[in-house]
Amino acid sequence: MEEREMTMREALNAALDHALASDDRVFLLGEDIADPGASGPTKGLSTKYGTDRVLDTPISEAAIVGAAIGAALDGFLPVAEIMIMDFIGIAVDQIVNHAAKLRFMSGGRTTAPITIRTQVYGGLGTGATHSQSLEAWFMHIPGLKVIVPATPRDAKGLLTSAIFDPDPCIFVETIRLQGQRGLVPAEPSFAIPLGQADIKRPGSDVTLIAYGRGLVEATEAASRLEDEGIDAEVLDLRTLVPLDVETMLDSVRRTRRAVVVHDAVRFAGPGAEIAAILQEELFGDLVAPVRRVGARFVPNPASPSLDAQVYPDAGRIVAAARRTLEPASARRE
Amino acid sequence: MATDSGSQRRLYELMVLMKAADDRLSKGIATGELLCVYWPSRGQEAIAAALGLCLRPDDQLLTTYRGLHDLIGKGVPLLEIFGEMLGRQVGASRGKGGTMHIARPESGVMLSTGIVGAGPPVAVGLALAAKRRGLDRVTAVSFGDGATNTGSFHEAANMAALWDLPVVLVCQNNQYAEMTPTEHTMKVERVADRALAYGMPGVRVDGNDPLAVVASLRQALERARSGGGPTLLECLTFRFRGHYFGDPMAYIPKEQLAAAQAADPLPRFRSHLTGTGVCTEGELDDIEAAASARVEDALAAALAAAPPSIDELDSDVYGDPTHCPA
Repeated sequence: MEEREMTMREALNAALDHALASDDRVFLLGEDIADPGASGPTKGLSTKYGTDRVLDTPISEAAIVGAAIGAALDGFLPVAEIMIMDFIGIAVDQIVNHAAKLRFMSGGRTTAPITIRTQVYGGLGTGATHSQSLEAWFMHIPGLKVIVPATPRDAKGLLTSAIFDPDPCIFVETIRLQGQRGLVPAEPSFAIPLGQADIKRPGSDVTLIAYGRGLVEATEAASRLEDEGIDAEVLDLRTLVPLDVETMLDSVRRTRRAVVVHDAVRFAGPGAEIAAILQEELFGDLVAPVRRVGARFVPNPASPSLDAQVYPDAGRIVAAARRTLEPASARRE
Repeated sequence: MATDSGSQRRLYELMVLMKAADDRLSKGIATGELLCVYWPSRGQEAIAAALGLCLRPDDQLLTTYRGLHDLIGKGVPLLEIFGEMLGRQVGASRGKGGTMHIARPESGVMLSTGIVGAGPPVAVGLALAAKRRGLDRVTAVSFGDGATNTGSFHEAANMAALWDLPVVLVCQNNQYAEMTPTEHTMKVERVADRALAYGMPGVRVDGNDPLAVVASLRQALERARSGGGPTLLECLTFRFRGHYFGDPMAYIPKEQLAAAQAADPLPRFRSHLTGTGVCTEGELDDIEAAASARVEDALAAALAAAPPSIDELDSDVYGDPTHCPA
């Protein structure tokens, strides 16, 4: 399959472009998404498809998501943008009480196949209200799907699937990853099914389970561990709901050790659910407790020197992986 | 435009059916015969009947947890409503949604929400869809006075006006937001005055007079249908049974309740119909008897129906059941 090198931002743009080109039911709505104000993944699309299909809205997050739901009730496939994930609080009622539940509450009579694209600005010095990774909020709500791509290829493939998925999808983009380059299949319809984890690096000693920006740090940690003679497997979950439990269990059954990594706060983060599943299913196979590396439980600080202490980095992941390889006697604290 | 006698008769039929359903549910819940939750619409029938008369079958309606009258007006079968309230398989959502969450797209009822103020944004999206498709369908969204204090209402009203969307915002101002009187929750005296802030017409009408509501509603619908954009239609009314069924209504002054009951839209419209010769007393008696019989039949059928299968828990969470976490 022919591939092209592009940034994640370009890959997301390609997915939106393909969806708009191939299906008249698709339209985009959000703040500053139309040209000339657009600077992110929607850049150029209003020029190509018109402002009827790439709709700039007032700063009204509840109405953006509510309007997406209404159009979806009538058969459209809206893609709403919540510019920065911290702003999604304004729209949570529409997401949680409406989009997520309409299929069930109506016995299947109405559905809300919307996609909500949103961006995490963590690590950019923007402070605590423009930086949060809130994916765990939405994992907790039956009816929602939660997707967090880490590579340009996955961003293209997963966004294409999300847009055409019959259920509401929270699609979490990461600003710090948007400039990263990678190979993406040139076929415009390229899609990756939701709910399939991907082993980005095979290994045999410990499984580093990550998603989103955590994958970058986990990959770096794996190469540092290799220098120490530790063969880490790097598993990219890609979607948190549906969660590919089988691939995760297959990996950890082999390596018997796991470290979960994410930019969301560690306490009650996605890693807590993953660690719980691993111990429920693999208690007898595990030779060490499942470790979690997540953001510290503080509002994200603005100063870079403080910020560096909050997010997971390769060093902390290496340390966590080493602990899973220590003899049990050394682990007692 | 005057409302012809056939339409007046139809309004009365709808109002009577709404009242009969409310009365029967209230009696059943009070005696313990019916186990269900209910937010009563008694007193607000004239508004819902006007919506029922004026909306075309392809027009859409969104309502709230206090939606019994609206649902009946738009043609949701009584069996589906009662069945849903009682948690039966014959309910609109096979018992999975409950009283507050009835939708029936075949009747144009796209959403009932349990969240105050949540309907207008969804109405914006439905109207946007109609505009995109080039349809002259209108989306009416019904809510209470309390909803107009939410950010969600404000966002949606602004958006609907900004994009000239075919929406009618129908405020059923029953003078209480749950247990708090309207004058304690907003500085403006008239909800309709809020329309000025959005650049849309705001109209206040006597919500206990079905003919007055019809006249204003027709103008709003015509405006929306012809591309003129949304209207905020405030219908002043009262709820006779409080916020939820069983509400002791300690917060409602007795004189206010007595005055509201004296202005009950049902006997008032009945007098109008007989006084103007549109219907005879006998015809109206027949309408009332027929409504009671329909309610009894539907309720008996709902009570006799099976509860939903346990398997229902595994369906409709996601399109693909395998996507549901264990």
